[in-house]
Amino acid sequence: MMKFVAKDKLNGFFAAADAQLHLYIPTDDANGKAKYTRWQEGAVMSKALNTTRSAKDFFFPQTENLVEFKMSGKNIEIIDPRREHEDFAVFGVRACDAKSFEILDSVYLADPVDTYYKNRRDHGLVISMACTRPTETCFCGTFGIDAAEPVGDVVCYPTESGYFFDGKTEKGSAFLAKIADVFEDKAEDEVKAQKEATKKILAKLPLANLKADAFGGEGDKLMKFFNSPKWAELSEACIACGTCTFVCPTCQCYDIKDYDTGHGIKRFRCWDSCMYSDFTKMAHGNPRLTQVERFRQRFMHKLVYYPENNNGTMGCVGCGRCLASCPISMNIVKVMKALEGDK
Amino acid sequence: MSVNEKKDFTPTIVAFCCNWCSYAGADLSGTNRLQYPANVKIIRVPCSCRVNPMFILRAFQRGADGVIICGCHPGDCHYTTGNYYARRRMTMLFSMLDFLGIERNRTRLEWVSAAEGAKFAATMNDFVSQITELGPNRRLEDLRCRK
Amino acid sequence: MQEVIKKRAIELLSDGTVTRVLGWKKGEFAYDVTPAVFETAEEIERDFVYDDFTAANVSKYLMKETAKAEGKVLAFLKPCDTYSFNQLVTEHKINREKTYLIGIPCEGKADVNKIKAAGAEGIVGIRAEGDNFVVETLYGDVTAAKKDVMAERCLSCKSKKHTAYDELIGEDGEVIPDCGRFDLVEKLEGMTSAERFEFWRGELSRCIRCNACRNVCPACTCEQCVFDNPNSGIAQKAAADTFEEKMFHIIRAYHVAGRCTDCGECSRVCPEQIPLHLLNRKFIKDMNELYGEYQAGEEEGVVSPLTSYTFDDCEPGVVHERGAE
Repeated sequence: MMKFVAKDKLNGFFAAADAQLHLYIPTDDANGKAKYTRWQEGAVMSKALNTTRSAKDFFFPQTENLVEFKMSGKNIEIIDPRREHEDFAVFGVRACDAKSFEILDSVYLADPVDTYYKNRRDHGLVISMACTRPTETCFCGTFGIDAAEPVGDVVCYPTESGYFFDGKTEKGSAFLAKIADVFEDKAEDEVKAQKEATKKILAKLPLANLKADAFGGEGDKLMKFFNSPKWAELSEACIACGTCTFVCPTCQCYDIKDYDTGHGIKRFRCWDSCMYSDFTKMAHGNPRLTQVERFRQRFMHKLVYYPENNNGTMGCVGCGRCLASCPISMNIVKVMKALEGDK
Repeated sequence: MSVNEKKDFTPTIVAFCCNWCSYAGADLSGTNRLQYPANVKIIRVPCSCRVNPMFILRAFQRGADGVIICGCHPGDCHYTTGNYYARRRMTMLFSMLDFLGIERNRTRLEWVSAAEGAKFAATMNDFVSQITELGPNRRLEDLRCRK
Repeated sequence: MQEVIKKRAIELLSDGTVTRVLGWKKGEFAYDVTPAVFETAEEIERDFVYDDFTAANVSKYLMKETAKAEGKVLAFLKPCDTYSFNQLVTEHKINREKTYLIGIPCEGKADVNKIKAAGAEGIVGIRAEGDNFVVETLYGDVTAAKKDVMAERCLSCKSKKHTAYDELIGEDGEVIPDCGRFDLVEKLEGMTSAERFEFWRGELSRCIRCNACRNVCPACTCEQCVFDNPNSGIAQKAAADTFEEKMFHIIRAYHVAGRCTDCGECSRVCPEQIPLHLLNRKFIKDMNELYGEYQAGEEEGVVSPLTSYTFDDCEPGVVHERGAE
């Protein structure tokens, strides 16, 4: 038996959840683009497979203040803007994004712990949702992710008749227990049937046979890929924008800057992109002077450096956002296919 | 904007003045003891065409409620043609700000010669009252700079 | 058309007229083509594509290609691309001597986002059948009328005429004066100031500052952008405040005013589909109205309205007096 909410009762679930904590669900904006917004009465869940921006924004926002300095005369006051984050839940996170949190965790929760990130992570509840209609840009299977069985605190399995819920962590189960009234019990046959159906579609995806086995950092792979002559050709059309990095759920680089307000300083961090000419610019200059090197950095990081440092886990989750949004349609799939010959 | 906010409001005005005419005009208005509000902050530039649109945006960012550019009368530019270019550039910028929904009266371009001390003071008085009427700049402000 | 283009490219490559060919390379799916430089006939045979999805304006790549020492490069340019090309030559960014241009016809390109919005999920193939696209998907076929999924910029195409070429494939078209490209700008001008503010706040708040609009723009050719220069005082990698969203987009559009040919690449590449071209078109419309009709890139070597003047130009106060407040 599983917890079940009928299709027309989903709003009741949202209302009950939002009464417990701040609930965010994917909705369509005026231009039909899906994004996460705070649930409110009357909100309609987006039908899109995924949001334009990834769910990493909840834990690692594009900009955040780290510390502030206020000057008055010869005194400098140091202000710590950190506050205990309110409890919130993100509903409808797909398997790819749900997995991306583990990748961010391995960076930000490793010693030294990033307290800004941890604050959000501790107060956030991930309600992931199994996919039923994957699209052509999906390739999460390449990285061992099962779109029909995502990770998360709570997993929601949509079927023809409604939504099944399953608490996967202590936090998730406790949350479901608090709003137990909105659920009815129902046999999970439908979930199994839907999973089988989804698996059949996943097998038919155009990128279903893409394998990442050739990549990783062991042996002489690192230098081999690093020195591949293919990078020049692959990066030729790259316009050096940051679209791929900013829609990516696993890109985690940031820059720290001081903003002079005229009466103080706000030290903030913001996402950085390896595609930018001032990426990792230091006092001595920039270690990657050409676009070929910066382009290479992104893919080496995801496919070689990250797995080498993390027991073979790949730094990409195959969400396909970069495939859909790159202005010149150059992406990690094309890079992987081109480099495979170098293994 | 609340009623109180308007009543207590003293606008901050940035005036970009060309070195050869308008800055001298400001000087003359001073030596003639003509009054204009102290909240007009004058920034001297070599020519009205030195004013990059970014200057104007950054003035708003750092708390200006109105920005005025003053230069030599057309035909009188120290560099012969600078103010003709400034005229086109500022027309385009003001139009774009208007297009984005920024109040159109927050920006102005005036020609003030070195001999027009009285015009300088009158222009500033008029502009300050115009901006006071409009209220604080909220549509083109950077919240981080708010005191 | 694609086969004619490929044949001509291979001819010019093998007779030594050019050493490289700039065009589009087919991708993983039916629609994800990438601009590419081809050096051999085999590569062209295998990968060259020209279809409803070869929307990218390749003229900007000629800056990089003609800066290389060796040989001439062959470029296939659609009518709107030739305007960008002319403008770049005017600004001495492209060495005309090192290019060989072939003008190719364009009937408007498709926007895959519109095809997806029309209900095509899991696209595995797209074929053109008359006035329609038949989109083969994992969940069944979807038919969409070509005109319904045409890119926004192509719906108000300003010209089908090539303004620069060494030879043409197909017939040359005409300038389309009543293309309606300023309709939306006019609609916005008719709104109140507060309504316009709300409109742009809604649009610009989606900006993720990826810089795609800037980097793809054939008129954005600074060696280092002021927004990337740590010494400029306004370098920003993200809009930390709504002010910075506006500043970036005002300056981006302003800096190309008078040089923007209205190719529409900025809006094509925006991952958030912000109608950025409206900012550029506002400048174009203003310049046309205040300083006389002008089309950047129409001819090589023409001086733009913002680098010239007349003695009796209007005063900036003119913008304060027109339309609704």
